[in-house]
Amino acid sequence: MKIAIASGKGGTGKTFVSSNLARSYKQRIALLDCDVEEPNNKLFLKGEIVEQRRHAVLVPKLKSDLCDGCRVCQQVCEFNSIIVMGGKAMVFEDLCHSCGACTLMCPQKALYEVDHEIGNIIVRKSKNVELVEGLLDVGKALAVPLIREVKSYIDHFKDIPIIIDSPPGTSCPMVWTIENSDYVVLVAESTAFGFHDFKIALNTVKDVDLPYGVVINKHGLGDNRVEKYCIENNIPILARIPFSKEVATSYSKGDLLVEVDPSYQKIFEQLWEELRNRVSSGAKDEK
Amino acid sequence: MGLKMKSKVKEVVILSGKGGTGKTTLTAAFASLAPSLVLADCDVDGSDLHLVASPTIIKHSPYIEGKVASVDPLKCTGCGLCDEACRFDSFKVEEDGTYQVIEYKCEGCGLCVHVCPENAINFDERECGEWMVSETRFGPMVHANLLPAGENSGLLVTVVRNEARKIAEEDNYDLILIDGPPGIGCPVISSVTGTSAVILVTEPTVSGIHDLKRVAALADNFKIKAYIVVNRSTVNEQLTKEIEVLSEELGHKFVGTIPFDNKMVHSQLEGKSAIEFISGEVKESIERIWERIWQTL
Repeated sequence: MKIAIASGKGGTGKTFVSSNLARSYKQRIALLDCDVEEPNNKLFLKGEIVEQRRHAVLVPKLKSDLCDGCRVCQQVCEFNSIIVMGGKAMVFEDLCHSCGACTLMCPQKALYEVDHEIGNIIVRKSKNVELVEGLLDVGKALAVPLIREVKSYIDHFKDIPIIIDSPPGTSCPMVWTIENSDYVVLVAESTAFGFHDFKIALNTVKDVDLPYGVVINKHGLGDNRVEKYCIENNIPILARIPFSKEVATSYSKGDLLVEVDPSYQKIFEQLWEELRNRVSSGAKDEK
Repeated sequence: MGLKMKSKVKEVVILSGKGGTGKTTLTAAFASLAPSLVLADCDVDGSDLHLVASPTIIKHSPYIEGKVASVDPLKCTGCGLCDEACRFDSFKVEEDGTYQVIEYKCEGCGLCVHVCPENAINFDERECGEWMVSETRFGPMVHANLLPAGENSGLLVTVVRNEARKIAEEDNYDLILIDGPPGIGCPVISSVTGTSAVILVTEPTVSGIHDLKRVAALADNFKIKAYIVVNRSTVNEQLTKEIEVLSEELGHKFVGTIPFDNKMVHSQLEGKSAIEFISGEVKESIERIWERIWQTL
């Protein structure tokens, strides 16, 4: 069972839901933190590092003596990341999308591929949770290759449930994160910005053709426009997590709410119940 | 820093690292305080500023970025070379054995076009969104929408910034205020390069601080000075203090705190900026922060 947690707007509580959902499960579970620009699950789950390694993508490198400046590489590159200057090809690694077109097409075989590091993969063990995090290096532009590497751990955790925490927005990093999951949980807040971005995220999930449901977070803050919209459009509301300043303060310190307040453990257990029912049976109806 | 240079347009970008700390709320509030400015909403993958600025759109352009592959099923022989070559896993086999592109996974690199022996792959321009020039009660505004699954490479951010600069130069505005995206990747890098200053708005939470450090390091990479603001400071006064100390350690200017107030959410729902909607401590704190920033820009 692979459950993706997404939102559109940032700061609605994706990581809050992911980390508490993981801990409340009690049995062994995996959590993949795909918000590689700002991965925060570790701040709440803590735990010790059991694996840490650099991740690299492939970028072209020039064998200068073989290059005759024919510009085929420059012509095939759709990302302007290789150009010919002074009769020789020049690579801009940070613009490269690692597609391999220039290397394949170079008539002189003057290009080969080398590793270009973009970030870390860090695996932590925190009680019942196996947490895999991608951490993009500051200054690196492309998040998707690191997201794909984090998601490669899905095969590793075949026999336990997997929670996948998505980056905000609805562009390619979010779509790469949620694709292939069995169910998408959209975390929404009923504010003007929250409602606007929620509707966009909803359409994106529909486009990708995955079953979904909504968790209303910070319930009581703002108004009831998200709830009203869900009811009118037959969108399942899986849980309502009440807002209070005490909760906000507890979260601010890095507490896992399910560990400090039994009433929240109950809310997340009920959310699990909802998810189990929907993923095992009629989830497809909600597409 | 020296005297304010009237001739040159200042570009100031609001960033946060973590989402939902109040970038757009603060942008709208500062827009109410600045005597005149051009607004640029560069959070193209989650633009919300228009919900407060209520823009009247005067110009509208589709945004084309890159290309997307598609297979002509009549020409495809099902040899699978495209699928083998593609590094983005963006081909699927249809029931009849031909291949087709999963559009949202296509990177637009064109490698498949080169390897297909049957010339069966079309490679067309991809419409990724739209951008607009508008009038608002604060001044002109440039904004954009990225379509779902669009490539958020930062190029649309650059289009928005270029257009805002053009307006500022032509009509003699001396300030462009940029509402930035969350994170530290592509669109953030495009929002920050070449700006005069960065305003980092954070919240007193462990995640807020973690993300603040990363986005402050990004500002350092580009050698751009940063102002640090703590929003919802009363949620955790102790962490607020820690951020103040941290700001100094990082070599950036701590310019103040804004207390938590439910009315912030209500101003949003009313389509008003915090300055327009709220009185008292919240309003005064934002005014003080803006004063400190404006005087040293």
